[in-house]
Amino acid sequence: MKIRKKSSAKETIPSGSMADIVFLLLIFFMVSTVFKKYQGLKVRLPATEISEKVPTKRNIAHIYADRAFNISIDDKLVDPYAVHSVVRQKLVDNPRLIFSLKIDEKLQYGNVNILIEEMRKGNGLRVNFATRRKRKS
Amino acid sequence: MLSKRRRIRGDADIPSGSMADVVFLLLIFFLVTTTMNKDKGLGLVLPPPGEAKEIPKKNICNVLVNASGNVLIDDQAMSIRGVYKEIKKRITENPNLIVSVKASEDTEYNYFIQVLDQIKKTGCDKISIANYEK
Repeated sequence: MKIRKKSSAKETIPSGSMADIVFLLLIFFMVSTVFKKYQGLKVRLPATEISEKVPTKRNIAHIYADRAFNISIDDKLVDPYAVHSVVRQKLVDNPRLIFSLKIDEKLQYGNVNILIEEMRKGNGLRVNFATRRKRKS
Repeated sequence: MLSKRRRIRGDADIPSGSMADVVFLLLIFFLVTTTMNKDKGLGLVLPPPGEAKEIPKKNICNVLVNASGNVLIDDQAMSIRGVYKEIKKRITENPNLIVSVKASEDTEYNYFIQVLDQIKKTGCDKISIANYEK
């Protein structure tokens, strides 16, 4: 009967390339980081089954509308009927802007309609109704 | 008397032993501060103001939502869950169909989005948001 020879290979994880991996991760996070600028209002978004990603990360403006119909753009409270001028100004600064409308699910549609009409008036036509993912039941 | 200055012949190296620490520190900083693209929702392009197109009546499908979450599609009442089937059926019959969503003034935004969600699920991309009727 043969006696098995013990393998004498050392069991170490090569750590020479660790620095490369760390650098790679570092560069990835450096490039992908976008710092959060605005806080917004407290809203509970409606849940939907489908949700599309907003195609851009940097050219996006958030408009918050809570259930009492306070509207906040860039952490400044804006009168509902003054939204169009703010939107127009923002589009002058960056024409590729997409507006993410974060509207509370309990807001009445009459108010939502006012906001949409203001968006149209200010030429902010590319909008995204922010939602949260519905849990599968 | 001139004294000869002796050149100091030290090695001009930047110590690289702590580089890994620095890189780790930066890595952890960016790991913590990163916010990934979380903005999700239903994308829509609104029509420019003042634009009213005449659309043949057979290409329009009116979807009305009331305050209690009931839906009326061309005079046919149904619940929100039934919207998907109905719109899907109508789209296969007429691919040029434009779905016009109207909600009453006191409808919750949630119901409106639920209906929009159902319509988007059918793959329909011709959605119009109409002004509510007073």
